[in-house]
Amino acid sequence: MNIQLPRADVAERTLAIVGELKGLEGPLLPILHEIQDEFGYVPDECLPVIARELNLSRAEVYGVVTFYHDFREHPAGRHVLKLCRAEACQSMGGDRLAERAKALLGIDFHETTPDGAVTLEPVYCLGLCSCSPSAMLDGEVHGRVDDTELEALVAEARR
Amino acid sequence: MTVKIYIPRDAAALALGAERVATAMADEIAARGLDATIIRNGSRGMHWLEPLVEVETAEGRIAYGPVKASDVASLLDAGLLSGGAHALCLGKTEEVPFLKRQTRLTFARCGVIDPLSLDDYRAHGGLRGLEKAVAMQPAAIVAEVTESGLRGRGGAGFPTGIKWKTVLDAAGARKYIVCNADEGDSGTFADRMIMEGDPFVLIEGMAIAGIATGATKGFVYTRSEYPHAIAAMEQAIEIARAAGVLGASVLGSAHAFDMEVRTGAGAYVCGEETSLLNSLEGKRGIVRAKPPLPAHKGLFDCPTVINNVISLASVPIILDKGATFYRDFGMGRSRGTIPIQIAGNVKHSGLYETAFGLTLGEIVDEIGGGTASGRPVKAVQVGGPLGAYFPRSLFDTPFDYEAFAAKDGLIGHAGIVVFDDTADMLKQARFAMEFCAVESCGKCTPCRIGSTRGVEVADKIAAGIEPEKNRELLADLCNTMKFGSLCALGGFTPYPVMSAMTHFPEDFSPAPVWEAAE
Ligand SMILES: Cc1cc2nc3c(=O)[nH]c(=O)nc-3n(C[C@H](O)[C@H](O)[C@H](O)COP(=O)(O)O)c2cc1C
Ligand code: SF4
Ligand code: FES
Repeated sequence: MNIQLPRADVAERTLAIVGELKGLEGPLLPILHEIQDEFGYVPDECLPVIARELNLSRAEVYGVVTFYHDFREHPAGRHVLKLCRAEACQSMGGDRLAERAKALLGIDFHETTPDGAVTLEPVYCLGLCSCSPSAMLDGEVHGRVDDTELEALVAEARR
Repeated sequence: MTVKIYIPRDAAALALGAERVATAMADEIAARGLDATIIRNGSRGMHWLEPLVEVETAEGRIAYGPVKASDVASLLDAGLLSGGAHALCLGKTEEVPFLKRQTRLTFARCGVIDPLSLDDYRAHGGLRGLEKAVAMQPAAIVAEVTESGLRGRGGAGFPTGIKWKTVLDAAGARKYIVCNADEGDSGTFADRMIMEGDPFVLIEGMAIAGIATGATKGFVYTRSEYPHAIAAMEQAIEIARAAGVLGASVLGSAHAFDMEVRTGAGAYVCGEETSLLNSLEGKRGIVRAKPPLPAHKGLFDCPTVINNVISLASVPIILDKGATFYRDFGMGRSRGTIPIQIAGNVKHSGLYETAFGLTLGEIVDEIGGGTASGRPVKAVQVGGPLGAYFPRSLFDTPFDYEAFAAKDGLIGHAGIVVFDDTADMLKQARFAMEFCAVESCGKCTPCRIGSTRGVEVADKIAAGIEPEKNRELLADLCNTMKFGSLCALGGFTPYPVMSAMTHFPEDFSPAPVWEAAE
């Protein structure tokens, strides 16, 4: 996911992505999503390219990147484990599960394990409130997550 | 004849192992050389029974659940293909009481059909509303929707027909239909279920809205947390386009309408309609002041209808069966049906579509069956993170916009989250403030700063520091937020906080360790 490309390649790929999507009405969010899909985060080097191509200031683009929780300014781990922290999951022991996850991984939310394997992120509702507590590992959904399943998820992410 | 086996692809079913069940089933069918095919449907909404496997028999569909991959072989041994007896057998799907007692209008096809088969959609009554609409005058369509009494299902309950009329009457060379599929409220998943289980009904509803108002372009703005819904919508749009349901000539008429899906980026406030429009335009999701209304100056300053998924998905049946048919369900000024989403610590969790008017107690105790933990119900949060916490003493409140408002609550998007007696309501109040602080768009001080202060004050109460003074301070903060906020994020966060404090005062007077030591 997070391939570290040389700067020139980042700019080149960005240009290609912008070229592909620039014709959309309101293209900035689709472009940023595509960039994050490509690099795993939104590298600094992308911003001037996007700004130039869309006729925006660099500050405007940066402002958008920082507004949205999804866009990362730094690379994430090889796997991203998201735990739902919202009310329906709280009612089924989500807080306790979160503490357990932090202990298992030895990190807090928004952190990555030192081996670069897992980033732990909070999420506010996955629409799985009828099978809470819920989690998402690299886009795969998991419901009624108990300690055993959490351990399995962590083990899978650690591999 | 090839037997049809249904295994949902709904995200809730997947989260509980439906993919493994489907794989095991396909393997067993192949290994045993059986004449059967697997259809990946949406969910019926009985989530405590997911993965729910169904088989089509001469007597109708027979349900089994919850099924694990390891159950597949024994199910087939028991004669699954002919609806054979098994410990997991629930009998005829339609006869399961949770489903049988519902009135499924908007969700009539969800879980029944193959979500991506336009033929299946048509065979189950799909496209009849749009077929009528293309032959009607725009004003007549708007009148039908107004007559039906349909109110916005996104939270504010604004009459849909009136919104459409404003856009129809607005001058503009270009108009838009924006579907609010941002569904950020905890306890809600109705939008997700429709997009995954019956995406064509949303497409049909949006196309009708377009014809009714003169809009030719639609956007579905949904959340990045919903990858399965995004994939289903995108596929359905392509299929609809190829079949001439969307495009330059909708169903062969002179009307043009096309649409695309856009993905948010993890900001709750982008569910607020003007913030959503800014986000669609590629800006920060800051809330806009009103006026101008989106109906006059919305997306790219053009007249724009912005409606929730369920509002739009309810339109096809209104056009098909008529305004009176729809309006005859419900109570007071809450007409039609509402998909109640029963979530959290509850035994029978899932989606229950019914006419307005059931009491909260009926929903939680009878339909929901009480808590999953088996402990007493302590509180129920209705309407998402901006909704009030209701105690048992308010369980006689009927599910109706006005009745909930009269009890200082709101229906919102109709999600209800059940908590058992282990819940700490001070902690819930603190979370409401914390959530507001994390998600505030930052435009107004009471919301941005007040919520952060609210967290600190709640922490002081929890620590037993001058509890009486801090309770007053918390109430003051709520008052400031309520009246000094531009949108309902800052303006309604006081609902969960104040309801928790009012109905559960004991949780706001923790053992006064610190005071006693004085
Ligand atoms: C903070 C906030 C979040 C909201 N989130 C949603 C949402 O996720 N989905 C939705 O349909 N409406 C949401 N709304 C309500 C919308 O602003 C708006 O009322 C709705 O999209 C109108 O559509 P309707 O009339 O069909 O309900 C939210 C409002 C606020 C203040
Ligand atoms: S109340 Fe909060 S979220 Fe709403 S406009 Fe004000 S600062 Fe933004
Ligand atoms: S609250 Fe956790 S999935 Fe909705």
